[in-house]
Amino acid sequence: MDVLGRYRNLIVLVGVLFAQVLGLAVQVKRTSDSESTRLIRVWAVGAVTPFEKALVWTQTSSRNIWHNYFYLRGVRAENRSLKAQIEQMRLEQVRMSQDADQARRLQALLAFKEQFISQTMAAQVIGGSGSELSRSVYIDKGYKDGIKDDMAVITADGIVGKVLRVYRSTSLVLLIDDQTSGVGSILDKTRLQGILRGTPSGEVVLEKVMSDETVPAGELVLTSGGDGIFPKGLLVGRVTKVTPGSDLFLNIRVRPAANLSKLEEVLVVTKIDERQAEPDQTGAARAVDILAERLPGVPSKPENAEKGAAGTAAAGTGSPAAGATTLGAQASPGSDGKAKTAPPQASASGGTPAARKTATAASSAGAGSGTVSGPSTGSSPGPSSGSSSGPRTTATGTDAVKVSPKPVKTAVAPKPQPAVEDSPH
Amino acid sequence: MAITYTSGEQVEVYRFSIPATVLIPLTAVFLQAWVPLRFPFFSVFDLPLLVTIGFATARRNPLAGLFTGGFIGILQDALTHQPIGLYGISLTVVGFGASSLGIKLDVENAGARFLLTIVFYVVHEVVYFMVARGMVGLRMAWSWPHEILSGVANALLGVLVFMLLDRVKQRT
Repeated sequence: MDVLGRYRNLIVLVGVLFAQVLGLAVQVKRTSDSESTRLIRVWAVGAVTPFEKALVWTQTSSRNIWHNYFYLRGVRAENRSLKAQIEQMRLEQVRMSQDADQARRLQALLAFKEQFISQTMAAQVIGGSGSELSRSVYIDKGYKDGIKDDMAVITADGIVGKVLRVYRSTSLVLLIDDQTSGVGSILDKTRLQGILRGTPSGEVVLEKVMSDETVPAGELVLTSGGDGIFPKGLLVGRVTKVTPGSDLFLNIRVRPAANLSKLEEVLVVTKIDERQAEPDQTGAARAVDILAERLPGVPSKPENAEKGAAGTAAAGTGSPAAGATTLGAQASPGSDGKAKTAPPQASASGGTPAARKTATAASSAGAGSGTVSGPSTGSSPGPSSGSSSGPRTTATGTDAVKVSPKPVKTAVAPKPQPAVEDSPH
Repeated sequence: MAITYTSGEQVEVYRFSIPATVLIPLTAVFLQAWVPLRFPFFSVFDLPLLVTIGFATARRNPLAGLFTGGFIGILQDALTHQPIGLYGISLTVVGFGASSLGIKLDVENAGARFLLTIVFYVVHEVVYFMVARGMVGLRMAWSWPHEILSGVANALLGVLVFMLLDRVKQRT
């Protein structure tokens, strides 16, 4: 008893350490998420996260009050700039939608099922794990908000991680730079697949790429969809350094696109749908239609004037319809493709072919790969229902137009308004 | 009143009120989890470790030290996605060692606190490294320069933390 009393502290220390080592061994032995420690984690998270939430809420509120009510310097100029940017982006969107439409058609041919993010939930990052060996963050959404395990977490810049543990009103997100995370990835241009992992020092590397492959620095890394968590095609980051690694694989360092060390708001992907690709049947908007909204309105005109105007427009060089056709041909230089138009006398046989060429030119300028075959008339200022349908040659009546098979940059095409000049007033 | 003597010099034993005993470790863990998100360089510091050393050296009771260390470590573990026990084991050792050393040394001056913190920071890292690598199988790299520099940084902050703890500790 005397010995026990003398070494009491040491015995207690050994006992406490033994208990913890035993508990650790049990947790490591279990491969699944250990429910035995769930209660401790819930208590710890419940004790800490309310303070974090309160602090983040205070910080966000005070920042919002400052930015939204007091510090409004330069807002008007910024507003003007953003409006101009929106106009540019709408034009860009037309081009993109036509490209996407073409891609959908090709995917449909291959019976390809695509995954897309159909629902996300914005969440605020309220805290971290406090350990460099556990690169994870807490967000202010939990199972009461519909968050579940293994949901992907992204930002506008790129992917962030996945939901690892879900509590009532918070969730633990494992970041992609943690050494226990793994993301199925693919290189954008070389299409090489690998696994993205974190390192103990917080770097991100792409593993399992064979050393006989060539990977240039600067190449984009995207999600491959192979991990079943992230949908295919999301931006992961950019290759920064490639060195020969151990074994047969390259050591590819990747800089994540999202700033993982300064996360504030993230999006949790709550729903991913899978659908068969279907070509868009509604007809894509054209660049000319977007631009037409900015032009003044066109007064209605008599029908006979309309016909005459269309014929004149097609034959004349200075008319807007011919100008639009020329624009389509001018949009091609710089690309490999060339726009071939029928001789003027053939086009001048009616108003419709000229208008058709106009639409073709606009479509070619927008997407660079498509033939317009929609019923557009030269006098009609409204949107044409023509849609691009890939690189092919279409002959309609006397008008034959071959469209460049390669994409060209969006050109600004004026809206055809032949009746304006020729209509009698 | 528990008073121990070292080299004929009187060493005082302190205690902390219950709110301080609960709130200070909780605040340390909270700050450790929250501040690095806003200031990433803060991740080099280990506030829960400093609080463990501060409590242990003030109380000078090995049992209280190891239990305080164990409690703070498990709390810290619970916020990570790693198995519970990594920080628990290392802070238990640190708590026991700091309080045992506190009985034998005068840790009231800043110089002694500075050195003590460097020593226990390295002890903490060694124990953590061994457990994480040996038992959990985590990939870890050991770098002496990094550990020493981190130890010095923590010791500097530790001196300030101990001064704050001095204000809330009570003489028994």
